[in-house]
Amino acid sequence: MNSRQAEAVVIGASAGALEALSVILPALPVGFSLPVIVVVHVPPNKRSMLTELFQAKCQVPVREVEDKEPISAGTVFFAPPDYHLLIEVDKSLALSSDEAVLFSRPSIDVLFESAADTYGSALIGIILTGANQDGARGLKAIVEAGGLALVQSPAGAFASTMPEAAIAACPSAQVMSLDALAACLKKFGG
Amino acid sequence: MKETVAIEKIEDIEIRLLLEALYSRYHYDFRNYAMASIKRRLKQGRDQLGFASFSALQESLLHDAAMLPRILGYLTVQVSEMFRDPTYFRAIREKVVPHLRTYPSLKVWVAGCSGGEELYSLVILFREEGLEERTLFYATDINQDALRSAEAGVFAIDRVPLFTENHRNSGGKSSLSDYYHAAYGKVSFDKTLRRNVVFSDHSLVTDAVFAEMQLISCRNVLIYFDRSFQDRALGLFKDSLSRSGFLGLGAKESLRFSQHAGAFKDFIREEKIYQRRGA
Ligand SMILES: C[S@@+](CC[C@H](N)C(=O)[O-])C[C@H]1O[C@@H](n2cnc3c(N)ncnc32)[C@H](O)[C@@H]1O
Repeated sequence: MNSRQAEAVVIGASAGALEALSVILPALPVGFSLPVIVVVHVPPNKRSMLTELFQAKCQVPVREVEDKEPISAGTVFFAPPDYHLLIEVDKSLALSSDEAVLFSRPSIDVLFESAADTYGSALIGIILTGANQDGARGLKAIVEAGGLALVQSPAGAFASTMPEAAIAACPSAQVMSLDALAACLKKFGG
Repeated sequence: MKETVAIEKIEDIEIRLLLEALYSRYHYDFRNYAMASIKRRLKQGRDQLGFASFSALQESLLHDAAMLPRILGYLTVQVSEMFRDPTYFRAIREKVVPHLRTYPSLKVWVAGCSGGEELYSLVILFREEGLEERTLFYATDINQDALRSAEAGVFAIDRVPLFTENHRNSGGKSSLSDYYHAAYGKVSFDKTLRRNVVFSDHSLVTDAVFAEMQLISCRNVLIYFDRSFQDRALGLFKDSLSRSGFLGLGAKESLRFSQHAGAFKDFIREEKIYQRRGA
């Protein structure tokens, strides 16, 4: 993929997500051109603080998704607790209450598979730290649709299971540090 | 030569045709549901029912009516909870009920009632607030199996701790255990709770207004629709509500993107409770 082609970024993270995202998201510059759609595993019965937290830290707008919200460029979108987040063909954000997938709702696989379907090769998928296997299948779908797969290097991750599973499912994925991931995103949408 | 126009994927063509077949043959209209999630669930259905393709599934659906409930089981999502989002029910109790008290008789519609969790939550709340006797509840859904379970009022016992905690957090004035008895790993809710309930098969996308309501609660149903079906359903709610009637939606649903937004005003914004504007 060359930088002209990227239209969206999807990110999945679990245990250790806060620290990892705190390296990547605040580094996105004002005027960043791509939407960044993020699933973090959060407990179902609580309000998530992620949005407010990153609103305070980021230079770009940060929102928690509402159903059928249009995807706007240069915005970070977080999946709300207890809903799956999917991307519709018309590039709007859709929520669902379907059963948890791999014990997770929101599920990274569900977001990534629907995003791969909608954006095809114009998608960048990123798997960060986490203690389960969610995201591996989704990242594979992104690769199969011709998109770009990036994974946080397991050695530097708070929990290595998720990046390891992603790499095993997608041997072609590029593995890098958080700082390198941030730099890479800036290259595509800065 | 490189293709420049997007070509519809074969699978997407098949799904479109399958939904068309479902509509023509059985009059269930899923054509304008939110496709990303329909597609996921149809894939599950295709794989679990052992069909090689959506086309094969379609053939079977067209010729064998016994396939219908099975497919509907995949197309409709039956995830629910009693007093789901306790703050919503607290808001109904503390902010909406005082208005409802001023009516001598009430009609409440639980649209897309699934297995009845939301319905029983509201009936119990109305009983606690002394409004049950004057209220007629309508519980509707398109899924017959769900309607049957709602009418039976039986739930797995392992779900009860969550229901109980939610009920307490919603400001419940009684103990949830007052309303059910437990046996064989299940709990049955008291049949007196169904005294004033009408259960009925009704689709928000193909059926019409049937009564004038003071409160409509329709949570986590509209998320399954695309915007055109959402507008269809919201138009139905608009036409079903009495002047100043209330509409409650799911926590992440919004009227913001609808053509009917102007017919409602925010009543409790954080809880997605709206009030019909006077005509
Ligand atoms: C996720 S459940 C929501 C249950 C409950 N309202 C809650 O929030 O916990 C969605 C329900 O909507 C029903 N449904 C789907 N399409 C419908 C339609 N066109 N008309 C009425 N109900 C529909 C499904 O059968 C299912 O029972």
